[in-house]
Amino acid sequence: MNNEIAIKINGLGKQYRIGHRQSSYSTLRDTISDSLTAPFRKVSQLIRGNSKQESGTIDLIWALQNISFEIKRGEVVGIIGGNGAGKSTLLKVLSRITEPSTGYADIYGRVGSLLEVGTGFHAELSGRENIFLNGAILGMKRVEIKRKFDEMVDFAEIDKFIDTPVKHYSSGMYMRLAFAVAAYLDPEILLVDEVLAVGDTRFQKKCLKKMEDIGQAGRTVLFVSHSMPSITRLCTRAILLEGGEVKAEGSAHSVVCSYMNSGTGISSTREWIDPKKAPGRDIARLRSVRVCNKENEVVDTVNVHQTFAVEMEFDVLTPGCTLMPYHHVYNEENINVFQAHETDIEWRGRERPIGRYRSRIWIPGNLLAEGMLYITSGVTRLNPIQDQFCERDAVVIQIIEEQDDAFSARGDWPNDMGGVVRPHFSWDTQFDPAPIDYSSKRNNSEGEASDGKIKGGHFG
Amino acid sequence: MSGKIITANVDNNIPTAHLSPSSGWTSLKLNELWEYRELVYFLTWRDIKVRYKQTVLGAGWAIIQPFMTMVVFSLFFGSLAKIPSDGIPYPVFSFTALVPWTFFSNGLSQASNSLVGNANLIQKVYFPRLAAPLAAVLAGFVDFVLASIVLLGIMFFYGIVPTANIIWLPFFLILVVITSLGVSLWLSAMQVQFRDVRYLVPFLTQLWLFATPVAYPSSLLSEPWRTLYGINPMTGVIEGFRWALLGTNTAPGPIIIISSLVALALLVSGAFYFRKMERTFADVI
Repeated sequence: MNNEIAIKINGLGKQYRIGHRQSSYSTLRDTISDSLTAPFRKVSQLIRGNSKQESGTIDLIWALQNISFEIKRGEVVGIIGGNGAGKSTLLKVLSRITEPSTGYADIYGRVGSLLEVGTGFHAELSGRENIFLNGAILGMKRVEIKRKFDEMVDFAEIDKFIDTPVKHYSSGMYMRLAFAVAAYLDPEILLVDEVLAVGDTRFQKKCLKKMEDIGQAGRTVLFVSHSMPSITRLCTRAILLEGGEVKAEGSAHSVVCSYMNSGTGISSTREWIDPKKAPGRDIARLRSVRVCNKENEVVDTVNVHQTFAVEMEFDVLTPGCTLMPYHHVYNEENINVFQAHETDIEWRGRERPIGRYRSRIWIPGNLLAEGMLYITSGVTRLNPIQDQFCERDAVVIQIIEEQDDAFSARGDWPNDMGGVVRPHFSWDTQFDPAPIDYSSKRNNSEGEASDGKIKGGHFG
Repeated sequence: MSGKIITANVDNNIPTAHLSPSSGWTSLKLNELWEYRELVYFLTWRDIKVRYKQTVLGAGWAIIQPFMTMVVFSLFFGSLAKIPSDGIPYPVFSFTALVPWTFFSNGLSQASNSLVGNANLIQKVYFPRLAAPLAAVLAGFVDFVLASIVLLGIMFFYGIVPTANIIWLPFFLILVVITSLGVSLWLSAMQVQFRDVRYLVPFLTQLWLFATPVAYPSSLLSEPWRTLYGINPMTGVIEGFRWALLGTNTAPGPIIIISSLVALALLVSGAFYFRKMERTFADVI
């Protein structure tokens, strides 16, 4: 049991002192005497080493408080939370940059941290020299760096400029090189803080791929990011920090969902009471959007196998126009899951009289995968095409799936399921008891696993 | 399993690192510094590489600095003030002292600034912090070697041949490293919290220069004062250099012993103070 643990954190806390005097100097005499004695006080404190305990009143801030969790070997765990939630402090403590104030953390294995790419680069040195310097700073041995040197340069795509001082690099090249060095670090536990905002989209994908490889190679990864898609993609588990404490812990999906819900302020129903402030133009204005179930009740969550409706109310202010209501649905990774345009025959191609319209789209059960769905609702005029309104993230709905849902596509699988859609297909399995000779087939099925360009073997 | 198994092989049950609040004096963790020796090497190498980048004279500065000081000293102390020089031509006498002195004072100013200068590293990456001042002191070696070559040239010019005592030179070199590092450990750790140190160091080295027999011989003092003068470890270093290279007949035996003890005390106390302050570096820097 114990063998599987990579990080064990118990009651960990980190307190920062923000020292400042509460009472301002009242008189000039005080000011002078204080400024005269201050150096002596400081010196005596300095010698005793407890320099901050006596200097006036002190504000104490708990950046981390009572954090306890365990991370098993090979887990890729995301740490999420708003600014100041304590994510970076946690990584700083775990990477031994700073000491905890309370509690303890036990680390089993070599830790590599990637707290900020490019730390330790020296502008005057060439790319080649910086690879060695930065590698050493991150704790790599020289032979190790030499061995991986070509791969790093390849990965960073800077082979032409390897002997140019990095101060002449573009910021993209700089970051790519920095990430490359860090990515080829070979620790058992990798702490990563917001590094994926590197380079162009293509390079970001490459970085993500690399991170996935690291995770799949059985390394333990602790990953701090504000990018929920990266978290849900890379991590099996996530921990939500808020105000220095663990707010939620669980599968990456569910934690991301609860974080998104708490942070965004979007709910599953929205109404614009004042028509003058409602989104829209002179032809149509949006009045409300809501998500409801078959019983016409507004709901926040929908079971994966249940049908639900997105309902939009809008006013038409000018007669004689052909209008088309629509919904665009995005998941938490900002992938456009689908777009739906009104297809009600009664209204297609027909000019609409003034009045209030209530359009509903029925989304069948067993269509979409679990997760958050952000719904953008709009009405556009056709001939000529002119958007009347397009309310981004008007409402949000969470699709959930219970573990023993007999009506869903999950089957007996107990863990996370991927995919944007979750259709419940009909399965047909036939059984043939005739014996099969395996010994001759075996060689053919192996050896095709390597993935070409990015070599997978170096973490093994 | 209780997790208290002490067998080294069962490494899965013993944490590689146990992170918890510490207090008071902590161990020096020299074994960890040894593990990071390559980092010390690379930091030293970086400091050397970067030191004279974008300068016109480059490494010439390593020579100009002590050489010009020697010229000024020779003019004012040697020719005008007629300060005795233990029977050695004054330029050789003072330059022999200025070579280790420059190594010491440059090391001191670089190393005392090494933590604040590497603030971004200290806030972002873990490494034994001792590596920073150590590398800064060691980086002065290149300058030292260059200046030593000039010293040999000057000695040759005056027809002075080094004595057999030259085999003791490495010892005095180690002594100057220890002194420089010892003082730097105190100052660099203090500077993390008190930037006053930045203003203190140039002032301190200047005073120290005149408190050290660079421009004059320690033989100006009579015993026992001359031996007590060894409390300034740089006295031992410089008298040692002169004795080993120039064969001054004022063998500095007792001075060296006192200087070595003081230098060691500085290093050990500095290292412990540094380790004690180390845990707050990332927070206050």
